[in-house]
Amino acid sequence: MTTATLDTTITPGIDRVLKNRVSIGQTIENSLTMAARGLIKIRRTPEQLIDVTLQPILFTLMFAYLFGGAIAGNVQDYLPALIPGILVQTVITTSVVTGTQLREDMDKGVFDRFRSLPIARIAPLAGALLADTVRYAIATTLTFVMGYVMGYHPAGGLGNVALAGLLVIACSWAISWIFAFFGVIARTASSVQGISMLILFPLTFLSNAYVPVDTLPDWLKWFANANPISHLVTAVRELANNGAMGGDVLLSLFGAAVIVAIFAPLTVRAYMRKA
Amino acid sequence: MSAFEARSDWAVEADGLVKVFGTNRAVDGVDLRVPTGSIYGVLGPNGAGKTTTIAMLATLLRPDGGTGRIFGHDVQREPQIVRQLIGVTGQYASVDETLSATENLVLFSRLLGLSRAEAKAKSAALLEEFGLTEAARRPLKNFSGGMRRRLDLAASLIAQPPLIFLDEPTTGLDPRTRAQMWDTIRRLVATGSTVLLTTQYLDEADQLADRIAVIDRGTVVAEGTGDELKASVGTSSLQLRLVDPRDLDDLRVAIERVLGVTPIVSAEHGRVTAPMHDADRVTDLLITLRAGGIHLAELSVQKPTLDEVFLALTGHGAVSEDADEAGEPVLEGATA
Repeated sequence: MTTATLDTTITPGIDRVLKNRVSIGQTIENSLTMAARGLIKIRRTPEQLIDVTLQPILFTLMFAYLFGGAIAGNVQDYLPALIPGILVQTVITTSVVTGTQLREDMDKGVFDRFRSLPIARIAPLAGALLADTVRYAIATTLTFVMGYVMGYHPAGGLGNVALAGLLVIACSWAISWIFAFFGVIARTASSVQGISMLILFPLTFLSNAYVPVDTLPDWLKWFANANPISHLVTAVRELANNGAMGGDVLLSLFGAAVIVAIFAPLTVRAYMRKA
Repeated sequence: MSAFEARSDWAVEADGLVKVFGTNRAVDGVDLRVPTGSIYGVLGPNGAGKTTTIAMLATLLRPDGGTGRIFGHDVQREPQIVRQLIGVTGQYASVDETLSATENLVLFSRLLGLSRAEAKAKSAALLEEFGLTEAARRPLKNFSGGMRRRLDLAASLIAQPPLIFLDEPTTGLDPRTRAQMWDTIRRLVATGSTVLLTTQYLDEADQLADRIAVIDRGTVVAEGTGDELKASVGTSSLQLRLVDPRDLDDLRVAIERVLGVTPIVSAEHGRVTAPMHDADRVTDLLITLRAGGIHLAELSVQKPTLDEVFLALTGHGAVSEDADEAGEPVLEGATA
């Protein structure tokens, strides 16, 4: 061992000028650094990407051939309605994994160090969630590609398809804060998975994602129309199929903002209390 | 707290710190005063509340009572300032398993505000310092316990904090690595750092610490220099085992009369331990025993162990209590 690093004299504690607040600039910087950590982790464990790779391919194929004839007469006519629906369902389901992985991650010793560092409290959480947008991007791309291969040619054009993809990724990032919250308060990762699927499964299926809402009984129609998932699906359909930026886009973005505004502080507070 | 008091020479001031987990008072009114520039040892068995105390002082855990100040800054009201003044190395290495050694140090450096280039240079220097350069790019999964611990300490030194918490820095390390760790800790203090370390080993506290607080069941039961503590239990202890356990009372009386100390009778029948201040007087004791017809099966002299310090200070042994450990989930349990 050399003594190079330990030779420098340390500034005494009482001689230091310090602030008790973290600036917004530092918060963003810390979060991006934590996101970079998340990306390295994804690169190291590519097997964690199996779900976002296989699910879009499998689900698109399965639902198109299963429901296509019954709902739209044939597979081709069903695709413009199905692809946005399956996109929303797949990507939002992926955000559950964010919660479970965060839970597993938090059980590791490194989170003790994060807590003891003078960094923004939100950074370890925000960074992990930010890195996971890569997963959403993979799922989004694969769903559109799969649709294209099967004969889906969105009339909105590539630019609007990309916008629709970004909208879904942004909303999923917002929703992942809900699962991050469950991740922080839950005792085990598997319980996060259980709770989350229990909420998501009905929420994504009782919407306009797979079937026309008109065919539903009145009480279910009411629920499906009020379901935020339906608004997001409609927003994606309008963007990708018509190139139109309707009220549903704004509504989705507004909903996403509200979720973050509520769940980000809740999650950080629960995380701090756990600490 | 006035501004004058804030500029005190104490690196750590803890007053009546309390932490309750359910019905278990893991930390029950701990007072500590750690002078700047010293190595301070907190000695105690598993579940005594050492880790919980450190967790509260390092802003990892909110105290249920009492106050903690680091260089005059309150750990509850100014946590972000406190975090800029401390480095924490836990009992279980708090480094990222999925990253390499270099990636770990670069990550922490970046979080502490170093530029990309500075972070790389700092990481390389620290890896060199801790003899980890060769393993820098290898995944941590293949690291030995000692390498992990060294990396963990390196990570705590990035910001050159004036106060470093070391929670059982050598538990589970082989003797050679332990000696290296001690060396590093001594050099840290030479650069102006203050070190607060917890340990289960009297030997370690004795070797390193300027002052030692003995902690048991959440309270400080003794405080002083290593010599002062050892003096309180006798420099060495005399261990005697009787041929006939029925002579126990006679033996106790003989020890009290000749050595002038109260012996400790252990649970094993016929085994008696007495602090030995003066080796010469053992001869007197042996003569007395022979004259009294008290026959010894075994006689040995032992240097004081933590167990004896504990027996002397608390009246019970330094055994870890399962109930305490279960109720102390932070660092010790949760990250195991």
